Amino acid sequence: MRNRLGTALATSLTLTVVAVTMAAGQNRSYRAPRAADGKPSFNGIWQAVNEAYWDVEAHAAAPGPVLELGAAHATAGGLSIIDGGTIPYKPEALKKKQENYANRLKLDPEIKCYLPGVPRANYMPYPFQIIQGPKYIMMAYTFAGAVRTIYMDEHKEAPADSWMGWSNGHWEGDTLVVDTTGFNDQTWFDRAGNFHSDALHVVERFTATGPDHLSYEATIEDPNVFTRAWTISMPLYRRLEKNAQLMEFRCVEFVEELIYGHLRKKPSQ
Amino acid sequence: MMNNRFFLLVSGLVVAAAVAWGSAIPAAGQARSKPYTAPRTPDGQPDLQGFWTNATYTPLERPKGVTREFYTREEVLEIMKRQATEEAEQTQPGTIPDVHYDFTQFGLDRSQGAMALNLRTSLIVDPPDGRLPALSSDGRRRADERAAARKSRGGPHDAVQNEPLGSRCVLMDRNGPPMLGGAYNNTYQIVQAAGYVMVLVEMLHDARIIPLDGRPQLPPNVRQWTGSSRGRWDGQTLVIETTNLTDKFAFQGASENMRLTERFTRLDQETLRYQFTVDDPSTWTRPWTAEVPWKKDKGPIFEHACHEGNYGLYNTLAGARAEEKRAAEEAAKKKPQK
Repeated sequence: MRNRLGTALATSLTLTVVAVTMAAGQNRSYRAPRAADGKPSFNGIWQAVNEAYWDVEAHAAAPGPVLELGAAHATAGGLSIIDGGTIPYKPEALKKKQENYANRLKLDPEIKCYLPGVPRANYMPYPFQIIQGPKYIMMAYTFAGAVRTIYMDEHKEAPADSWMGWSNGHWEGDTLVVDTTGFNDQTWFDRAGNFHSDALHVVERFTATGPDHLSYEATIEDPNVFTRAWTISMPLYRRLEKNAQLMEFRCVEFVEELIYGHLRKKPSQ
Repeated sequence: MMNNRFFLLVSGLVVAAAVAWGSAIPAAGQARSKPYTAPRTPDGQPDLQGFWTNATYTPLERPKGVTREFYTREEVLEIMKRQATEEAEQTQPGTIPDVHYDFTQFGLDRSQGAMALNLRTSLIVDPPDGRLPALSSDGRRRADERAAARKSRGGPHDAVQNEPLGSRCVLMDRNGPPMLGGAYNNTYQIVQAAGYVMVLVEMLHDARIIPLDGRPQLPPNVRQWTGSSRGRWDGQTLVIETTNLTDKFAFQGASENMRLTERFTRLDQETLRYQFTVDDPSTWTRPWTAEVPWKKDKGPIFEHACHEGNYGLYNTLAGARAEEKRAAEEAAKKKPQK
């Protein structure tokens, strides 16, 4: 009796441990298929499956800012993707974040179809595709047709500020490390007004943890806004549907009336 | 002083550009002693990767009065020199184009970048007269309808939707498809991975991702600005078939039924031949084909955040409203007082 119980307990414990390990995508011993140059191949269509696009910090469900959209555009609750739970804002920056949140309907760059920036592009609720060449790794995103070129062997300083930044990449073992600088101060981290300045520096780490999973980590530094560097992490999932592809999301025409509608010619009296 | 400096700058540019063009590889379309075999990617595809430019001064249609298919090399260099000067002179101080952009200062004139030498008198190679075929009866009707619709929408600056797609950062002829060169942002980057070719279009940071696995096109009810594109290799040539377009872009007046076939063939280290055939009986009486040499360019491509920085569009509309207000005020002043 005692033995049977012990065995059962041990079995269920083992199963639990296996399940937890698999769920977190933390199987670091996985060896990914190789690209032609012998590096791990991350070719494919990937997507984050979480609620961080609403708010990277832990948050409860909440009504959306547009009355007419009701439950369809209400915020879904979600857990934090941040190591340590919260963003280490400087006090004045925290105040600005709160103002951003209060005025998000006016200020969120996503609403205006502006390029989403990094890391936000990676956990928007749409797929993105990696096209991996040996010298250039392309990351093409659904939202606004955003795209990044990861320069693997022509590292240089960002020539000017931009929305998606300037990305230099290198391999650390089987991990793709992408170091991105040269951001402007116009993008946000989510729909909750979490923000940065043009001193933003993002170091991302992509590691295959299974045939259909990548572990994604990003360390975010910005001495103008945060008291220290902070790290987010999440699994990225391969889109497995037959013939999966990115669909066109040319959102400019969807926001023109919002942005320029007040400049429409008034009918003459 | 100003004018002299300007002239020196322009003549310097033209000389530099002519030297660059003069030393260019033999022009596309010329006979070759032995066929070139493109290097292969590790997975065996002909390697088209790198940065390319389709900048050209060659018009899509053969100019009226020109009856030849090719110019001589000397004639082309002379034409390019003239065009470069004209383009650079758009910046005459005090002219309207000068207020818009200083073409020479920002590298916006084509003479400052790489450009393939093209001896053709038109990009259109078929029909043989180098001009768009006649409109079909359907095509004529649709052209009339489009013109009427345009008129009914009011003036060009009455609303943002009346402005050209390019000014709105929605789509430009650099994007297409088909992809045609224009005044600026003519750079393309090709990256190949197993099963895919990606063409990054500098204009509007547009990544065209072409699957090569023989999958079907999108269902016919799904229409996209850039359609649905599927690729395959025909020997040395990448062939991309595109359908599912909309009639909103209306390339040269084409309908949403347009079927586009693009062909990319590497002619040598420095040159990629880009051909495309447009088949659209709803618009033209016969299919037509154009050919553009793409020249190796050095890159990199910088982000073209067109919509995000579109102050020009805002100011155009705001300016039109301000003009109307001023005109109304002046009209009110002129009215005899009762």
